[in-house]
Amino acid sequence: MVGIIGYGAYIPRNRIKVEEIAKVWGADAPSYKKGLMLQEKSVPSPDQDTITMAVEATKNAIKRAGIDPGEIGAVYVGSESHPYAVKPSGTTLAEAIGATPDCHCADFEFACKAGSEGMFVAMSLVKAGEIKYGVGVGADTSQGAPGDALEYSASAGAASFIFGKEKILAECHHTHSFMTDTPDFWRREHQFYPSHASRFTGEPAYFRTITGCATALLEKSKMKPADFAFAVFHQPNGKFPMTVGKKLGFTEAQMKQGWLCPTLGNTYSGASPIGLTAILDVAKPGDWIFMASYGSGAGSDGFIWKVTDRIKEVQNMAPHTRAMLDTERRRYLDYGTYTKFRGKIKLRGE
Amino acid sequence: MSAPKYWREIPQRYRFEAAKCKKCGKVSFPPRIVCPECRSREFENTRINDKGTVETYTVIRVAPTQFTDEAPYPVAIVDVGDGVRVLCQVADCGPEEIKIGMSVRLEFRKVQQEGHGGIINYGYKCVPE
Ligand SMILES: [Zn+2]
Repeated sequence: MVGIIGYGAYIPRNRIKVEEIAKVWGADAPSYKKGLMLQEKSVPSPDQDTITMAVEATKNAIKRAGIDPGEIGAVYVGSESHPYAVKPSGTTLAEAIGATPDCHCADFEFACKAGSEGMFVAMSLVKAGEIKYGVGVGADTSQGAPGDALEYSASAGAASFIFGKEKILAECHHTHSFMTDTPDFWRREHQFYPSHASRFTGEPAYFRTITGCATALLEKSKMKPADFAFAVFHQPNGKFPMTVGKKLGFTEAQMKQGWLCPTLGNTYSGASPIGLTAILDVAKPGDWIFMASYGSGAGSDGFIWKVTDRIKEVQNMAPHTRAMLDTERRRYLDYGTYTKFRGKIKLRGE
Repeated sequence: MSAPKYWREIPQRYRFEAAKCKKCGKVSFPPRIVCPECRSREFENTRINDKGTVETYTVIRVAPTQFTDEAPYPVAIVDVGDGVRVLCQVADCGPEEIKIGMSVRLEFRKVQQEGHGGIINYGYKCVPE
């Protein structure tokens, strides 16, 4: 058996409210909040990026795994906001946790699905016996163009998972991947902001892909939605994951714990992985967890996890995800500070 | 910071690696060639704690060119135990928030970058706990 032996998340301290963004663009905040089921989102500090958040999330995962990082054989960071166009994020992460030099490393990209990809590959290498431990991270500090619908949701956060064959806290019983060529969201090289096909992003892309993956995964596992204690889906806004989950037969009660988007925003590659960390924080031995990510382009990775007795020992060894999300130290930014933090202001000489 | 200097300092900047004197046990951070206590040259590798308290601080209001966007920002001397003090920038903390005796944690952050095209220097800063 292979599974998760350590997990950790990181959410920055800054937030911006939907009202604050809507005010600047003359948009109707209540309709955005209702339509997207979104109140506010996280914002990285100017000195934070995908790499720094990946490091902090992975340090939390190592605390829970209790392993020697020198035995980690692979480090995969999935993101659509890697700080360098050329130079991996994974090398800095591996160096910061002490996994170098005997380690395989690659960065993954597939819009919002890059994190679950890294998880799948790291876990598969452990399963194949190629490495003892593998790390898969989903992290993003994504940007939406000013005034665009994406600006209300694009946020920042990271989740990290360590996979192994011993001391498992959540066993992986089934996986399934589903993907087709679907141009719903893209960013060409040298473009600062992404483009999207507006309404096309919903039905043929997000819903069709997640439904395809989840249906196949349920068939493969011969399980039904009622067998699960928790379910988590990619959450580009608050509404989509609830809609797709209910269509598949899951209930709000099963999805609530991993449904972070209303106050976190869309953390892209971090979205369903961070949701999974929030679930593991409260899961009980024997619980089954259903997970399906989504990446535009488009694809979905599905996982079925079963929580073991070890979960109780590790839950409090690092900060809980919802504690980071709801921290008293949240700092609310005005739109001006937000644009400065996100580098949206053009300075002289740039 | 030049790429070679940055690269040489990765163990201390990324992993808080310190040198513990094999003779008298004094922990030096950043690591040294000679022990400042007993002049011994033999060390073992150790790591400093990632938690500590603010011993003293100052607020930088007129910052060097690459930090002007961030001013005003506090810089603190943090006691991380084992007789080690670390000098670092305080992140996510305004000049009005910082206090002597405050609990902080070392976090991995971007420390500086060489314009838009140069390398990004990563390292530790402390953040309020
Ligand atoms: Zn000495």
